[in-house]
Formats: sequence, structure tokens, C-alpha cells
Amino acid sequence: MSRIGARFQQLEQEGRSALIPFVTAGDPFPDMTVPLMHAMVAAGSSIIELGVPFSDPMADGPVIQRASERALAHGTSLRDVLGMVRRFRENDADTPVVLMGYLNPVEAMGYDTFAREAAEAGVDGVLTVDLPPEEADDLLAALRPQEIDPIFLLAPTSTEERIRRICAAASGFVYYVSVKGITGSSSLVISEVAARLVEIRRHTRLPVGIGFGIKDPETAQAVVQIGDAAIVGSALVKRIEALVDEPDQIPRAVAGLLQEMRRYMDLITPV
Amino acid sequence: MPTSEQTDFFGMPDERGHFGPYGGIFVAETLMEPLAELRQAYQTYMQDPQFLAELDADLANYVGRPSPIYLAERLSRELGGARIYLKREDLNHTGAHKVNNTIGQALLAKRMGKRRIIAETGAGQHGVATATVAARLGLECVVYMGEVDIARQSANVYRMKMLGAQVVSVESGSKTLKDALNEAMRDWVTNIDDTFYIIGTVAGPHPYPAMVRDFQAVIGREARQQIRQQAGRLPDALVACVGGGSNAIGLFHPFLGDRSVAIYGVEAAGEGLETGRHAAPLCAGSSGVLHGNRTYLMQDGNGQIIETHSISAGLDYPGVGPEHAWLKDSGRASYVAVTDEEALEAFHVLTRKEGIIPALESSHALAYSFRLARELGPEKIILVNLSGRGDKDMHTVAALDGIEL
Repeated sequence: MSRIGARFQQLEQEGRSALIPFVTAGDPFPDMTVPLMHAMVAAGSSIIELGVPFSDPMADGPVIQRASERALAHGTSLRDVLGMVRRFRENDADTPVVLMGYLNPVEAMGYDTFAREAAEAGVDGVLTVDLPPEEADDLLAALRPQEIDPIFLLAPTSTEERIRRICAAASGFVYYVSVKGITGSSSLVISEVAARLVEIRRHTRLPVGIGFGIKDPETAQAVVQIGDAAIVGSALVKRIEALVDEPDQIPRAVAGLLQEMRRYMDLITPV
Repeated sequence: MPTSEQTDFFGMPDERGHFGPYGGIFVAETLMEPLAELRQAYQTYMQDPQFLAELDADLANYVGRPSPIYLAERLSRELGGARIYLKREDLNHTGAHKVNNTIGQALLAKRMGKRRIIAETGAGQHGVATATVAARLGLECVVYMGEVDIARQSANVYRMKMLGAQVVSVESGSKTLKDALNEAMRDWVTNIDDTFYIIGTVAGPHPYPAMVRDFQAVIGREARQQIRQQAGRLPDALVACVGGGSNAIGLFHPFLGDRSVAIYGVEAAGEGLETGRHAAPLCAGSSGVLHGNRTYLMQDGNGQIIETHSISAGLDYPGVGPEHAWLKDSGRASYVAVTDEEALEAFHVLTRKEGIIPALESSHALAYSFRLARELGPEKIILVNLSGRGDKDMHTVAALDGIEL
């Protein structure tokens, strides 16, 4: 079983749900990322989602765009991100790491090379935002022998036919984008998300993570009453941005929000 | 890869939007269903006689089509080479070919019940053409434009505002056309229920490259008839500038089956291909994925998109329509590049010799046609797409001459 599968199983046995933070690798500078990952794990994170910076992050709001720009100002490449995962693995063999980004850096590296080096570095899942399953055959064929889980997005606009198809191509978990929009844009409406989750679960037994629009511990708590994981990105990256001039404070500030979310989430019994 | 002789150029793209290895749909999941709806509507209405009649009437009575072709006699004589004909897209309402497409997409938007139109723009020509049709149809209009382009195309910004559009300054990334496109996509994904995104070029996810081409192909259909009437035969060569490539594909497409007609797309070599400061992905880039399709891109070794440079804002784009990528690989079309300096010179030559002030974008095509005319000799015919007029470039050209307007 993959590290992601094992983690969800373990959480289920403990009666807890997953907390998945997202930060952009190399933000605000490359040496920050590995210590920040460890701090997030210590704060109760279940899986780490690491953003691969891209010059044209079409699906992201201004907060994550600026994180990408800060990382790229230091020249953070996909290869550098794999190096960070490798260093993280020296002290953490258990926490799954998912890379989230856009297809072009992966294309530039070559699918097979990327899949091999990502597996060697200790990457467990890959989510390429701008790669729908229709175009994903070649990348899936490269990831499969390396046992890397392809993570796909589901959206409020996905038809039943698409939900079926995407769930069939995905492994590890599926990522439900809770709002029509870009990252960090607006707040999700729990009743709408709940109705969609019922539909999604009809087509898959994979855990369903919910992301986009989770800003605070209250929302994190609310989403894990209907889904299996709360995915938090912009709210964390905002804290990083506020502290670019006092970077020593970043791990504590990010961990602080995650601890609060973890505490709220642990107060309820998951689905 | 199939050779040019075996290829059915008119059967492209396939059902999923592929031109060989290029094109396709590379967007986040939220946009997949809206794109499917657009594809469906587009396929339906392009076979609807009522829709097509309305489109034709608008092109005739509102845009002023057909645009003439014009034999640049004095210019051709002085160059001492092939006869150069100009397809006068500069005479269209709003001054460029862009309106052919915005008319079509706006009619589609109306049929689909969308009340809000968004667009990206570089030089401002597509933005103006979009704001124009939105004003006419009474639709809300928001145009995204890079901060850098807003500064160098202030006249067009003012035109858009007068037409009732809201112009949003894009301050992310390189603050030019590619970033405006990113921002328009972000708007679309947030407002898909009531918003229609009018992309201005033959890029973006399927069906945009095919749809924009089909709306622009009126250029080539007219030109093919006109040149036969005026010159008695097909031309020996077609020349058009290529940024995203909509005016070029519009001219080229109806001629793809005419094997005797050589086809040249002209990219912006900026300060020179060897300097790296250019906007010529077909001549000096490599394959990748950006803005919803696979195509040739200007990118670094890590797959990051790099900043482009061209004197003309309309060519300042790091990608190119996927059909051009396919035409290049198949050998049916050749892609060349012309520097800022050569384009400027052509700009002045046409202005002085023919009394026609061309857009800086179109001046790239002109510059290459001058070179080609001398090579081909007086028996040959070259048809150049004069895609837009140069009024919008007065400030840029004057500034280079040290004059402040």
C-alpha cells in the first residue's frame, strides 16, 4: 500500500480525519521549505502538499501567485523541489508528500525522468492542476511503475460522467475543489459541498479531500464532517507572506494555525 | 509523422482538439464542463443557417466586409521583385482583423444566454474589438490588459473605456499579454455561470483554436477569390505575422490544399533571435503546455515561461496557436522571424510608398515580403495580410524618433 493509503487507514483507525497543508516550495526562500515541512508535521498535519512554483499559475489566486513569484525569484526548479523532498525524507519516513503544480515543468523534465526521480526522492502523489484525465495517459503510464498516486481534481461543475471517469483514473485520494473559482477566492458553502460529496462517494471508495476556501479552524472542522481531509493553502501562504521580513517566525506562525485546525477537527468524529 | 502530402489539413483538429501532438485541453477541472458546453454550442450554431446568416450580415454591414485586396504597385516596382498584394484587414471597422472573431463569438455568447463578456488583450486591438461588439449587443464587458501594455497602448485603453468596457490592469508576472490571459481565465473560472470568455487568438484550450480560426478564415476565403479575379491565378506565396497567429491562420487555412502556394508565418525576432530578446517560439522555442494547449513556447530549461520582447505589443506572446505548431512540423508552412528594426523600416516604407500606415504587427509580415519579393522576381505574386492599421502605434514610432506627441 502507498504511504498515502496507509496514512488514511491509520487515521481511520484512530478515528481522526486528515489535515493537508499546502505551501509553495521555495517560498519565501528555498532553505525555509524543509524545516517548515517538519514544523507542519509536528503541528498535526497528515499529508504535506508541496506546490511546485510555475511562472503562469492560471488556477491560483493572487496569494499563491505571489508565493510562486517569490520562489522563482530564487530560481526554485522542479529538480530543486525534489531535492527538498529528499532532505525531508532523511528525518521523516512516514508523512506522505504530494507535489501540486502545473504540467509544463514536468513536461520539460520528461515524464519518465520525473516519475523516477520523484519516486527516488520520496514523493507519494502528484497533482497536475492543468492536466485532466483525458490528456493524462502518458503521465499515468510513467507514474504507475513508480507507485506514485495520481491525484485528480473534482469540481462543482463536474458531471456525473466526469466524476466516474476521474475517480477511475485517481488513486490515493481525490481532491474536491469546493468553490467555482481560484485558490483563496471565496468561502465555501457547506450544504452545497455536502450534496456533492454524496454524489462523489457513489462513484469511489477513495478518501475525498476538500480544498479551496478553508480559511479557519471552524471551516476545517465543518468540512471533515462531510469529507475525509481538509486541504489548506492560501490561509497558510498568507501567514508566510506577512512574515517575509521576519522569516524566523514563519514555521511557528504556520504551525500555530495548523494546530488550531487540528484541535477543532479532533473535536468531532469523522464520517 | 505524416508528410505534408498525406495530411488532411481540413480535418484538423480531431474531436479532442488535437493538431497532431499539439492543441488539446489542458485546464483545471472546473473549466472542463464549460468548455464542453461551448464546444457543443459552437458545433450547433456553425451549422445553423440562421446564425450563419446573422454572422454574414454583421460582417458585411457592421465590419465592412469583404475587405479589398490591393496591388501595391509602386512598392513592388521599387523593390524590383514579385508583385505584392495586400489583404486590407486594416480597413475593417476598429482597424484590424480582430473584429471578425469578436463578432462571431459575441453572437455565440448571446445565443448561449451569457450577459457578461471578458477578454484579454495585448496591443489593445482585440480588447477594442471586444468592447465594440459588447457595446453593440448591450453586454457587460471586462478587458484584462498587462500593466506594461496599458502604458504603451494608452489610446486603445481610452477607446475601450469610451466603449463602456472596464479595463483591468494586470500586475502579475511579466505584466503583458500572457498574464492578461491568465487573469481572464481566473475571472472565467470564477464567473462561469453568466460569463463568456472571448479569446482573441487561435490559442487556449479546444475549441478556441478551431473556433477562432473558423471565424478568421473569412480572410482567406475572400482573398483566394479576389486574387483569382484580379491576378487571374493563385499567389505564389502568402505572408502573415504570427503572435498567437489568428490573422495568419485566417489567411492560410483556405489555401492549405493549394500545394503551389508557399506559406510564410513571420514571428517577432525583437532585438534578434541570437540575443534571446524576442517573441519567436516557432523559430527558437520548444514544445510545452501553456494556456490550455500544447504548442511551441518560449521557456527555460525548467519549463518556466520566459519573458518575450517585441516592439509590437500584439506579437509579444510566448506561445503560438497549436495549428501553427502542427503546420511547422508538417512542413506545410515555414516560419521565419523579423527584427524590430526591420519591421520599423517596413512600416516607414509602406507609409511613404503607398500612403498606407500599417500596424507594427503587420509590418513584420511586410518586412519579410520585401525580402521574399526580391528573391522571387517579377513574375511571382505575394499576398500579404495587412492585419491592422498603424494609428495605435503613433506614440511608439514617434518616441523612437525622439518626438513626444
